[in-house]
Amino acid sequence: MKKTKIFIGTALMLLFVASFAMGVKAADEHNDIEEGYGIGDVATDFSLKNVDGTMVSLSDFDNAKGFLVIFTCNTCPYAQAYEDRIIALDAKYKPQGVPVVAIMPNNPSAKPGDSFAKMKERAKEKGFTFPYLFDEGQKIYPQYGATRTPHVFLLQKTAKGNVVKYIGAIDDNYQDASQVDEKYVENAVDAMLAGKEINPETTKAIGCGIR
Amino acid sequence: MNKLFVLGLLTILFVSCTGKAKKDGEVLETTEKEEVALETDENSDVKFPVYDFDGLEPMLHKEDGKTYIINFWATWCQPCIEEMPYFEKVYAEQKDNNVEVILVNLDMPNMWKTRLEPYVEKKGIQSTVVILDDPKQNDWIPKVSEEWGGGIPATLVYNKDKRSFYERSFTYDELTEELDKFIKNNSL
Repeated sequence: MKKTKIFIGTALMLLFVASFAMGVKAADEHNDIEEGYGIGDVATDFSLKNVDGTMVSLSDFDNAKGFLVIFTCNTCPYAQAYEDRIIALDAKYKPQGVPVVAIMPNNPSAKPGDSFAKMKERAKEKGFTFPYLFDEGQKIYPQYGATRTPHVFLLQKTAKGNVVKYIGAIDDNYQDASQVDEKYVENAVDAMLAGKEINPETTKAIGCGIR
Repeated sequence: MNKLFVLGLLTILFVSCTGKAKKDGEVLETTEKEEVALETDENSDVKFPVYDFDGLEPMLHKEDGKTYIINFWATWCQPCIEEMPYFEKVYAEQKDNNVEVILVNLDMPNMWKTRLEPYVEKKGIQSTVVILDDPKQNDWIPKVSEEWGGGIPATLVYNKDKRSFYERSFTYDELTEELDKFIKNNSL
């Protein structure tokens, strides 16, 4: 009996300490970095310059069921490793109503290799089949909470706006597409289109910090 | 008769020679294949230990009275390169004070010989350099710290009493300030 009391007492104390610690951590995060979107948030639309000179917004895609908004760039080795897989995603899902919209979030004065002119070159070289947009003035990526390239946000078009359904990596092997065990993005889009639960909804990956 | 014999002998010799030549060719071919295989495995003699996360993990949990600064970096990561001198300076100043600095490199395998080795040599890096080669990042990133989103530079500082994780860059002053919290803790 006494043991049980002590046990409950300890458990309560642990709970108290844990909730306190969590509260402090949440507060810290709030102060330190922009929150960005979580799953279920409505993502902002934008009007950004494409490599073909036109301005592109999500609202331009009348028939889309959703979007793969992918923050990527020319210079990051991880982004480069995924370029072919991003093209493949667009080829697979544009016909199903979920096109890729790529956004280059870096500041070209910090990363000259990511200038608009170099973006045009890269898009042409690789034969991008999707818009490759320049986040001029770096206004959009902080709202999404993108932190690295490549960083994927899967959106679902709904009556209340474009809802965030998945955030993270494209798959679980950046080095070798043939060694991939889990195709996170494909699984997420397939589940979204089938009206099923997405699992996992978020994944982590090493990427190049956005500068 | 003799002439015919010699001719026959020559023929036999010739045939056996071409036979041998063909055999040599086959041998040569196999050697070439082996060389190709060796070339694709050119990282076999890379100067730093290469770990998957299971191999690296014990370095993140030592309880030997030392304070460990574990920095995750890559040669292609500009802010990582900018802060590298501060980690080196802290290591030089604190290595006799029970402080270890371990630089966990995240370069891609094709950069180990072409970029990582030349960088470490050119800069004369004194801290311990190890390579983490484990593509299953979503599995191991949270094991380093639940707070880590995956950006680098990222740094873990720990000893047996205390542990902090930083997904950010450091200046020399910031790094020594953080380290002081650990060293003071340690001596208490």
